[in-house]
Amino acid sequence: MIDDSKPIFMQIAELIENGIVDGSMAEESQVPSTNEFAAFHRINPATAAKGVNVLVDSGILYKRRGIGMFVATGARAQLVARRTEEFFEQYVKPLALEARKLGISTEQLNSMIERSSGLDPETGTDKERSAAL
Amino acid sequence: MNQTIVEARNLIKHYKDLNALDDVNLSLSANRIYGLLGRNGAGKTTLMSILTAQAFATSGEALVFGESAYENDAVLSRICFIRESQKYPDDFQPQHAFRSAALFYRNWDQGLADRLAEDFQLPVKRRIKKLSRGQLSAVGVIIGLASRAELTFFDEPYLGLDAVARQLFYDRLVEDYAEHPRTIILSSHLIDEVANLLEHVVVIDKGRIIMDADAEQIRGSAVTVSGSAEKVDAFLAGRSILHRETLGSLASVTVDEVLSGRERAQAQEMGLELSPVSLQQLVVRKTMAGGAGASATSGDFANDTLEARR
Repeated sequence: MIDDSKPIFMQIAELIENGIVDGSMAEESQVPSTNEFAAFHRINPATAAKGVNVLVDSGILYKRRGIGMFVATGARAQLVARRTEEFFEQYVKPLALEARKLGISTEQLNSMIERSSGLDPETGTDKERSAAL
Repeated sequence: MNQTIVEARNLIKHYKDLNALDDVNLSLSANRIYGLLGRNGAGKTTLMSILTAQAFATSGEALVFGESAYENDAVLSRICFIRESQKYPDDFQPQHAFRSAALFYRNWDQGLADRLAEDFQLPVKRRIKKLSRGQLSAVGVIIGLASRAELTFFDEPYLGLDAVARQLFYDRLVEDYAEHPRTIILSSHLIDEVANLLEHVVVIDKGRIIMDADAEQIRGSAVTVSGSAEKVDAFLAGRSILHRETLGSLASVTVDEVLSGRERAQAQEMGLELSPVSLQQLVVRKTMAGGAGASATSGDFANDTLEARR
């Protein structure tokens, strides 16, 4: 789960963000303590705390003194807005570059994206096509 | 918060024909987990022995909690040093070793020692001489954790411990450290296993400290670029190269540099692949680079630079 691609505290922050975006960590619910994160991911507690603090600083989490960390109201909307902006850089750009490398035209690419709207989000298989078979 | 508890200045240790420590300067802060990494014979154990007053430096100064540790009970009772092969009296059983440790360490937690003995399935009433290598290591690990000493050194504490027992050690270490913060120096060859536990990394090579940085800072400080050799070389021209491998017209080159977002994008557009370098790979490259530079100038690996190749 934790890899070498970027600082661990960023990975911890992203894991929590993912939980908020996919709804498994609801707004106003309590998140695990930094020591619990450290034990679970087998990382240094100071690193886990740094990851959590990144989210406190950006207003995604807030601290209730003596109780723990909670997901702020509006955190999900804030994260989705930011990630939508990042979506172009992270996904669309490499997609377009790879398509150009393979000589796939913009029209072909668009039709592929349309086709992908029929994909089953669970299995990634083409529902219509498997139904036809 | 960032109180310095260990301060080594210009430490030198000469053996007959060997500089075990060659002008080592080091300071360690309170309540962190340090990794002391390096090859066999690099000077790790010598450094720890001097800091814990179990060996004398040829010259230089070592202060622990602001004082010299030599024959200084006030300082020594706050230090725990778990050696790779600790010797015990012949008729000792693990429970005797734990009882002695309880007398010496004021923060000793007998409950923790009992739980750990159970976790490691250590026969506490068997004579230590009859224990397996792994069980002997478990005795050390238990003393190191249960002593809760403010400054704890583990010198390759895992010999003979299987993967399950090592994981148990790392898990208990993180748990107990989270509850009872203290300074821990972990010397290990199994760098991948401990990398995520470390807050700060010190790498020693041939008696010299060649890296002394926060683990998070090191993470991502190097990158491996691979692709067609021509493009890789064009992209990396003028950079400091740690390692280079080629396979036909393909090259995979590790550089000791952080790439900016723009450089990453540029590499991607050139069709180059970027991959992260683990702490273990980085330490291997760094200690190899030093070795090749000192002993050989063949320049065929490790110490190779683009300039040298041209």
